[in-house]
Amino acid sequence: MAKVLMKGNEAIGEAAIRAGCLNYFAYPITPQSEVAEYLSKRLPEVNGVFVQGESEVAVGYMIFGAAACGERVMTTSSSPGVSLMSEAISYIAGARCPAVFVNIVRGGPGLGGILPSQGDYFQATKGGGHGDYHMLVMAPDGVQEAVEMTMKAFPLAEKYRGPVMILGDGLIGQMMEPVEFPDDLYVEPTNKDDWATNGMERRGSSTKNIVKSLYLDPATLNNHNLLLKSQYEQMKREEVRFESYNTDTDYELLIVSYGTMSRVCKTAIDNLKAEGLEIGMVRPQTLFPFPEKAIHDAAAKESCKHVVSIEMSMGQMVEDVERSVKGKKEVTWFGQCGGEVPTPEAVMEHIQTLLNQNQ
Amino acid sequence: MQKEVMFAGFGGQGILLSAKLLAYAAMKQGSQVMWIPSYGPEMRGGTAYCTVVVSDRLIGSPIIKNPAHLVAMNRPSLEKFAQVVKPNGVVMINSSLIPVRTNRDDVQELIVPANEIAVSLGSVKCANIVAVSAFAAKSGMVDVDILRECIKSEFASKAKLIPLNMKAFDEGLKIAAAS
Amino acid sequence: MGKTFSKPEALSDAHTHYCPGCTHGIAHRLVAEVIDELGIRGRTVGIAPVGCAVMAYNYFSCDFQEAAHGRAPAMATGMKRVRPDLMVFTYQGDGDLASIGMGEIVHAANRGEKFTTIFINNAIYGMTGGQMAPTTMPGQRATTAPAGRDVEQTGMPIRMCELLSSLATPGYIARQALLRPKYINKAKKSIKQAFEYQMAHKCFTFVELVSTCPTNWGMTPLDSLKWAEDTLLPYYPLGEFKKPE
Repeated sequence: MAKVLMKGNEAIGEAAIRAGCLNYFAYPITPQSEVAEYLSKRLPEVNGVFVQGESEVAVGYMIFGAAACGERVMTTSSSPGVSLMSEAISYIAGARCPAVFVNIVRGGPGLGGILPSQGDYFQATKGGGHGDYHMLVMAPDGVQEAVEMTMKAFPLAEKYRGPVMILGDGLIGQMMEPVEFPDDLYVEPTNKDDWATNGMERRGSSTKNIVKSLYLDPATLNNHNLLLKSQYEQMKREEVRFESYNTDTDYELLIVSYGTMSRVCKTAIDNLKAEGLEIGMVRPQTLFPFPEKAIHDAAAKESCKHVVSIEMSMGQMVEDVERSVKGKKEVTWFGQCGGEVPTPEAVMEHIQTLLNQNQ
Repeated sequence: MQKEVMFAGFGGQGILLSAKLLAYAAMKQGSQVMWIPSYGPEMRGGTAYCTVVVSDRLIGSPIIKNPAHLVAMNRPSLEKFAQVVKPNGVVMINSSLIPVRTNRDDVQELIVPANEIAVSLGSVKCANIVAVSAFAAKSGMVDVDILRECIKSEFASKAKLIPLNMKAFDEGLKIAAAS
Repeated sequence: MGKTFSKPEALSDAHTHYCPGCTHGIAHRLVAEVIDELGIRGRTVGIAPVGCAVMAYNYFSCDFQEAAHGRAPAMATGMKRVRPDLMVFTYQGDGDLASIGMGEIVHAANRGEKFTTIFINNAIYGMTGGQMAPTTMPGQRATTAPAGRDVEQTGMPIRMCELLSSLATPGYIARQALLRPKYINKAKKSIKQAFEYQMAHKCFTFVELVSTCPTNWGMTPLDSLKWAEDTLLPYYPLGEFKKPE
């Protein structure tokens, strides 16, 4: 298929359809409303379901209801909306239903701003809602990767029977890049008859299915949490994705950066390379599970003097980077919030400063 | 080789569209391309600007502090962005609305009375097409023949607008050739 | 002699955890009888609320989901939209539906979602231990209104049927009671009517059931029935408030 020029938001909507998700519930919020606008037009063409809910709270449960029936379902939102949905996400994780959530992150806390941010890193990777749960979180660095991750999200949600989040930012949602929709990323939905409330008639069973997150017996709840934990451990073994950039050199410093920010860092790395300075980067594509080993090993390289986590947030991912590096090298944070994305020049300047300190 | 152009003007001047047409043309000619809008809470009347990055390799930063070129459709845009353009860049000035110049001797000013030309062709609305064609021809950022085809296909659903926009396109080329 | 009375198939064999004298059991049975009579158990999915009926999924023998507090109508929306062939009912109490879930029920009704809501109104929060509900009567004591509901501070009780009937979207809205056999017969008719409209993909359907809570009211089951009839029914009149064309 030929490439088309699409906004990230629209491309995510189309990717969901190509992945076989014909059910979409959402509430408008900048900077992701184009997904809803696009799908409100596109889904009726493919006999899909489009519902604009009355709030993100309600949308979260529309997703839950649809997912509990075993159907592929997605919503998209942005930071304040995801906070409202976090209640439902906790229930969905507890009830073990596959569902895809897209967060096109804007600045916070509170109403914050509408410009790009990575301030929801903690919310996405450490829970967000209540209770012991995780989402599998993927962070695209552009429109093409947003498409691919969206398409992969549905089978992954089914594999682990849980919520999967695509963590983008306002820039990825708003910018246009040429994209293609790889047909080979389409995966047939799994059979969900052993748990879904899809009606006994449909599955030819005389046994009812119950989708719930209530376990009043402490031992049962503990076992339920252990089961969830074992799935998160499996994700850590099987789903870690990352990109290494310029790491085959004797880099003096290692950057860890993701999403839009990592593209800025790539330009900074290229520019510094032209000046004769080698900088490596590990770009987590999954934020949960986090590429701990890749970062640990990249930081351990003898030439590497320092590790810096560069984020459009006030030092969130840096905690996971520190955890990965395990004290082997000094780890610091650099970043900016509020929509002012650090420029390649600012990144280069900061790297120079760090290296001068390490002389 | 990477080149960037910033399109800037009032909301409603077709800024995002002309940038999108340029991005389409770049994609069609096989380049890597990125179209990055600014977005704000206002729906109408605000300053609209948009950056298009065209490159022969994977594009890194979407944050462009110093674009190679500028297409300024109104005075505030020129005053705000003329100084950040890289040396030797093209600065297209919509002289119908902008009585001033860049005061720089290291950029190529391209003076285009885009609104006047558009009005003379029948509608001020095609001023953005005059501008994008003049800019593309002067800067060489994209192939103008491909750009012409992209404009045609953009207006495919409103076919009656195609002749007007083709005339606007040709006027833009003429201005660029004469400059 | 053949069997003249038995448990509906749509009810499971589980013993309920409801207090003695509680009317939830009657409401469950009526819904189950309707499911049996319509022959729809194999394609019915119920949604349990948060509240006394939180474990309703144990008592029915059809598929069940359990919602968060107040969110059952949103879940039902998600289900009916992706599987319009399923028969979906939510079973919600007054705290769940008329307080924390007010937004969800009003918007689901207004979108005309084709599911059925069974609304148990006993004018009090049951499971959490007798706190004031949006439907608690003026002067009625509750653990969070020890001197009785003060309408200056808390407003008047909310009448859900009247409120939902004011929406311009077509719907079936009825209020019945579980206080005497004659009321119970009418309640069953309304529940059946609601399910039939749903089967015909006709409209949103809503049956409120005025119920009792002897435990949290601090009364005997018999006194509860009398108090409900004397106090609740004048404020919450019974009948069909709205029917589709």
